[in-house]
This record gives sequence, structure tokens and C-alpha cells, in this order.
Amino acid sequence: MSYHMSIDVERCKGCGLCIAVCPQHVLELSEEVNPLGYFPVFQARPDDCNHCALCCMMCPDVAITITEVVDDTSAQA
Amino acid sequence: MPKTFKKPEALSDQKTHYCPGCTHGVIHRLVAEVIDELGVRGRTVGIAPVGCAVLAYNYFTFDFLEAAHGRAPAMATGIKRVRPDLIVFTYQGDGDLASIGMGEIIHAANRGEKFTTIFVNNAVYGMTGGQMAPTTMPHQRTTTSPFGRDVADVGMPVKMAELLSALQTPGYITRQTVIKPKHIVRAKKAIKQAFTYQLEGKCFSLVEVVSTCPVNWGMTPLDAIKWTEETLLPYYQLGDVKTPEN
Repeated sequence: MSYHMSIDVERCKGCGLCIAVCPQHVLELSEEVNPLGYFPVFQARPDDCNHCALCCMMCPDVAITITEVVDDTSAQA
Repeated sequence: MPKTFKKPEALSDQKTHYCPGCTHGVIHRLVAEVIDELGVRGRTVGIAPVGCAVLAYNYFTFDFLEAAHGRAPAMATGIKRVRPDLIVFTYQGDGDLASIGMGEIIHAANRGEKFTTIFVNNAVYGMTGGQMAPTTMPHQRTTTSPFGRDVADVGMPVKMAELLSALQTPGYITRQTVIKPKHIVRAKKAIKQAFTYQLEGKCFSLVEVVSTCPVNWGMTPLDAIKWTEETLLPYYQLGDVKTPEN
């Protein structure tokens, strides 16, 4: 079973609260601005993410979502 | 530990107008999650204050009203008395509840009105531009106290939770914060408890949430969290101040 973490770049205001709470230091601020004029956060080291959801919990703008990815190969078997 | 996370249904898709790093968004989400978990979204009415959360009706997918400055508890009293089956809550800031709305909240709590108040205490007037609030800390600089709050002149910050718990009427009064994930978990539990007491028709409930205001404090969001921990929390101590059992 795998999980997919997505960050809504348009919602993110680049406050950096998620970066501070991430135990695996996965997140960093981007150098490109989003449509609101903020520097949004992105997964700099996505392989380190263990989907603890602390960043989601801390995000004031509910910009981070973690969904379960349905494995196609196991579904066919 | 949950491995998935998504926006609660009671929260709308609208982007919030709050400043970056403002914890209003976290508190909105906790309220929405509790409403979803209790399954009462169809019969919930929220009441917005005057203050930063004045536009809160844009962010929730249930009925919302906007009260005159500080008068949200009066409005909630009316709605709850006419329709006791509804779940009514007010969402107020410290400039709204602890200042101009002091009379309304004290009498609503003293009458034991069966609604819930979410009181967001960030020690400053946010929307109007960072003026000194009744909850501003001693020596804290604001636009109307540029040399810091002078305690000899304007007194000490008001501890609303303790003040309201001095009333003899039973109630649930608690103080929480949302500056770290562990606090967020506790705050959600407290909000759920407050709504549960309301569902049972038991008592008045108030959850004070010590919050941050990075822009008006003149700090980065992370410094604001640190300042909250070092300055606000020793004065505004966390925990249940009053429960209906005692």
C-alpha cells in the first residue's frame, strides 16, 4: 500500500510552519512564486516522507493532502 | 497514526484571507473536523465576530451569521433558545469577546446558555491594524502602545477563561493552543468535548485558543510560535479551567 502526498501550490502561503514540524526534513520553500505572490513549499526529498501527516496538521491553509494510492497490479491479480 | 489526510467536508474550497502563518486556519479546520465527526453539519449555525474572522462564513459549508461587534453571544442565545435542536457556536477573537463583547459573554455564560464559543486569543487586535487588546501582554509593543503595554496605566491582561470560570453556573471552560501538532490534537479534543456538552444540552462551553498573529506582532510565523511558547503560554496556562462536574 502506498500513499501520495500533494501540495496545492495555489493555496500555500509559504509560511513555513510545515517545514519546521517535518521530522524527516522533506519540505523546503520553492524559489518560484505562486499566483498569490508567495513562495510555496515543495517536497525536496519526497523519498524520505513517511506520511506522518504532521505537516497537514500544522498547515493553516489545508494545502497538503495525503491520499492512498490504489495499487493497480494487486487489483488485477 | 492516520496515513491519509484531506480537507474536512465542512470546510469550503475558498482560499482564506488570513496572513501567512496565522493559526486561524488551523482552528477553522479543527471546528470543521469536529462538525464532520459529530455528523451535525446539516443543523449547525456558526456566528462570526467582528475581527479577522469576520469573513468566516466564506470558509464553512454550513449556515453562518455575522453579529455586531461583540454581540455574537447575544445572537447565539436567541438562536439557541428558539431552536434548541440546532448546534450553535460563536467564533470570536479577543478584541471582540474580551473587550466590547465582555458584557454579552459573561451574561451568556452566567445564564448557562447551551451554545459553544471558540475564543481565539492572539493578544492583539488583528484586523484593525495591531492595536492593544485587553489580552495584550505587559511590555508588548502594539500600534497603540508603541513603548509596550504599561501595566501601571492600563492594568494586566485579562484572563478570560479564569474570569468566566469564577461564575457559579456550571460550564465547560478550557484553554488550548495550536502552535504544535501535540497542542492541535489536544485542542481538537477540547473542541469536540465542548460540542458534545452542547449536544447533550448540558452547559455553556468555551474553548479559548491561544493563537498567533505574526504580522501584527512584527515577527516571522516561526518566531511568532516561539514567542507564543515563551511569553503567552506561561501567563495563559493551558488546560481545563472548569468542567461541569466540578
